[in-house]
Amino acid sequence: MEQEYDILIVGGGVVGSAIARELSRYCARVGVLEKNRDVCMETSGRNSGVLHGGFAYDTGTLKARFCVEGNQEFDHVAAELGVPFQRTGKLLVGSTQKEREQLQRTREQGIQNGAQGLCFVEDEALHAMVPQVVGKFALLCRSSGILDPFLYTIALAENAALNGVKYHFGAEVTAIHRADGVYHLQTVVGKFSSRWVINSAGLGCGAISAMLGLPEYKVVGSKGTYIILDKCTGPLLPLPVYPVPSNTYMGVHVTPTVDGNVIVGPDAETVSLADCPDYGVSQAHMDFLAQSASALWPCIHKADYIRNYCGILPKWVDEAGVIQDFKIEANPAAPNTVNLVGMESPALTAALPIARYVVRLLAAQETLVPNDAFNPVRKPIVRFAGQTKGKQAQLVEENANYGELICRCEKVTKAELIEAIHNPLGVDTMVGIKYRTRAMMGRCQGGYCQTRMAEMILAEKNKALTDLLYARDGSNLFTERVKK
Amino acid sequence: MKCIEKEVVIIGGGPAGLAAGIALYRSGITDVLIVEREDTLGGILRQCIHDGFGMERFGETLSGPEYAQRFVDEAMQLGVPYLTNTTVLEVSGDKQITTVSPAGMRCYQAKAIVFAMGCRERTRGALGIPGERPAGVFTAGVAQSYINLNNKMMAKEVVILGSGDIGMIMARRLTLEGAHVNAVFETQPYPSGLPRNLQQCLNDYQIPLYLSHTVTAIHGDSRLTGVTVSRVDEAFQVIPDTEQRYPCDTLILSVGLIPENELSVACGVLLDSRTKGAFVDENYQTELPGTFAAGNVLQVHDLVDFVSQEAERLATGVEQYITSGSLPQCPIFIRAQSKISHTIPQSVSGTRDVVLSLRVRRPHSNCTITVRQNGRVIASKKMKKALPAEMIQFTVPQKNMEKCGDWQVGVE
Repeated sequence: MEQEYDILIVGGGVVGSAIARELSRYCARVGVLEKNRDVCMETSGRNSGVLHGGFAYDTGTLKARFCVEGNQEFDHVAAELGVPFQRTGKLLVGSTQKEREQLQRTREQGIQNGAQGLCFVEDEALHAMVPQVVGKFALLCRSSGILDPFLYTIALAENAALNGVKYHFGAEVTAIHRADGVYHLQTVVGKFSSRWVINSAGLGCGAISAMLGLPEYKVVGSKGTYIILDKCTGPLLPLPVYPVPSNTYMGVHVTPTVDGNVIVGPDAETVSLADCPDYGVSQAHMDFLAQSASALWPCIHKADYIRNYCGILPKWVDEAGVIQDFKIEANPAAPNTVNLVGMESPALTAALPIARYVVRLLAAQETLVPNDAFNPVRKPIVRFAGQTKGKQAQLVEENANYGELICRCEKVTKAELIEAIHNPLGVDTMVGIKYRTRAMMGRCQGGYCQTRMAEMILAEKNKALTDLLYARDGSNLFTERVKK
Repeated sequence: MKCIEKEVVIIGGGPAGLAAGIALYRSGITDVLIVEREDTLGGILRQCIHDGFGMERFGETLSGPEYAQRFVDEAMQLGVPYLTNTTVLEVSGDKQITTVSPAGMRCYQAKAIVFAMGCRERTRGALGIPGERPAGVFTAGVAQSYINLNNKMMAKEVVILGSGDIGMIMARRLTLEGAHVNAVFETQPYPSGLPRNLQQCLNDYQIPLYLSHTVTAIHGDSRLTGVTVSRVDEAFQVIPDTEQRYPCDTLILSVGLIPENELSVACGVLLDSRTKGAFVDENYQTELPGTFAAGNVLQVHDLVDFVSQEAERLATGVEQYITSGSLPQCPIFIRAQSKISHTIPQSVSGTRDVVLSLRVRRPHSNCTITVRQNGRVIASKKMKKALPAEMIQFTVPQKNMEKCGDWQVGVE
């Protein structure tokens, strides 16, 4: 049996989920085919978590245009979708005359792009902002910010799902053919059909593009490693600090997270996307990060490491290897498709403007009827941590489960975990619940809470012990009961 | 929120908190409250179902739960007040304690606070072990909790990094539950855990221990498929071309314990960078007057018996603090010389006998641990073998002490 849709989106990352959410404003049967068990398992969840200002991209590109648009609307978006976000601003720090000239060019480009709040800060003012920073001046972009990339992607997807979009997980697309004006998609979990196909497959964009019969775009991966530092470092870094960028690379930077950690990275290593992504972190990369970021912000100590990770950006390049703009096309060579290629940075910032652009391409060929029931608001899980004592007391009074702390480091309560386990997307992996609550994300990395989380997921979802997944298919945590 | 007044609030109902609570109660300080976040008292001992506990204290060998139960029973018989399923959210410098439980948020104003929160395990992320992030990498204590408390088995083919006591105990436990433990790797050139565990948990089960080795890569994108292990030199640098790959589905990490001092630090307690626990004087009082620390939150112990004894000595100080309102100044500092990693306490008054706890940095044989004041030996202990894995304890008698002059503790 084929499952029928009007529009199928291949890839449920931040771009795919933004498209799903924007399409849920209309009456159509929309489905998302996601190969992983959750929505932010690849590039969307593996980045710096920065809302970019839009100054770093060539004027006139889609990257510049959508980044600026996404930046300017984000206060509203974050409020509407319940996403942790702070407009912290961001510093590009330099010391030499040459670097000052480079930053002046960056500023001029930013102004042309429409980026807001770009100004220079000199020595004293710079060190008043970040006392430890090494440098003599900086370009400050006041409009830059930090956000939770997991919760942003999840919020878009949940809002889409609550407005009628159907997510299919574990649904890696293996073949696509078109007959009688209908696309038939073969996946590892069954067959799907749809009149429209949108390729937002991220790292897999080249492969899906080829399956649709579109040009074989050359897409390479740019792999970046990050180190996460303990929350004790957070107060030392109120806003992201970057070096002076080159034309193609932002440089190793330090970024505070909305939850008070600091992340160090990324470097940039070109990798092939032919095979499954290799998210392995090497010692050499970690050492390089610590060394180069310390030249900018000398507060990086191994004693504060709590985790490391990698992300891979899909970059569309020309024959000479020069990185291209976002490619977003409704190419008549494959009728009724929208093809998105090279959705790298700043796609996190630009996701909703990209999505609206995709909808416009689609609406040019298809009558879209507004969905009167569409609700743009997604209510987040109310967190216990970070509330006033009065509000915490009220939460416990209303729901006793708020009085039971499951994750000690991040102060996540049983109430939040139960709500997360029953999320609208039906995700029930350990990492899925982690991304939704922050349990296991603290300095003990699940030493205290993971046994409790595992038990809660099994009980709440009435799951067999051996079916509990850590993150991906095949990541089963348990083999059997110790005593039958 | 109105604060409830208490003479002593004890944070943590594990072996240290229980022993302190019982001793205080017996000494007449009955307005105490033990606050425990788990739903039963006993702390980490509840999951330590192997035996070997209690030889020092009770002269017999008990399992962890049995050892804990003796204290729980005593606390119950005495009627020592306690709360379970209650987490301390915050401690302020003026000794207000905010707790949360399903029954609600509470505030307590204490005259004295006992920190007895124990420790947590060092993780893969803290070590920065390179590689991928599959399922199947567990700290030894988490694996122990899954198997012994949660009835969940996670392993078939196992590699263990770190020869700490829990790592070796889990090597045996996993073997008994049907898993195959390939090997234990230790970065140091000597075992990290106790000799008896080396014999009873590894040698008796023919599990090889490789010293001066570490894990240099973790493989697998969903479940662990293997680890790469390399040899390291004296400076713990990886020796090139010594990599060997071990297929396995589980990697157990027993790579160190870190005293859990978030609450103490937040209220202004100073930590010793060597112990990661508080600086304490002979009464186990931290530098924030009226706050005390004992057990693994102060220094990581190898024997729970010593934890109980330390907490009982702490109780003597707390009792004196409550009854007289203050404790004698402790202006004499104890300096650990290069071969000693740390001492507890770090300062003394010179007016009473003091039990000194310490560890050596590296193994020594046929040596003497000496305490010198103003050049004169005031206490010493002859040791056939002094191992970093074994905490060394002895009493420094008051009669040998002078009123001023820091102590130097060394290996001779």
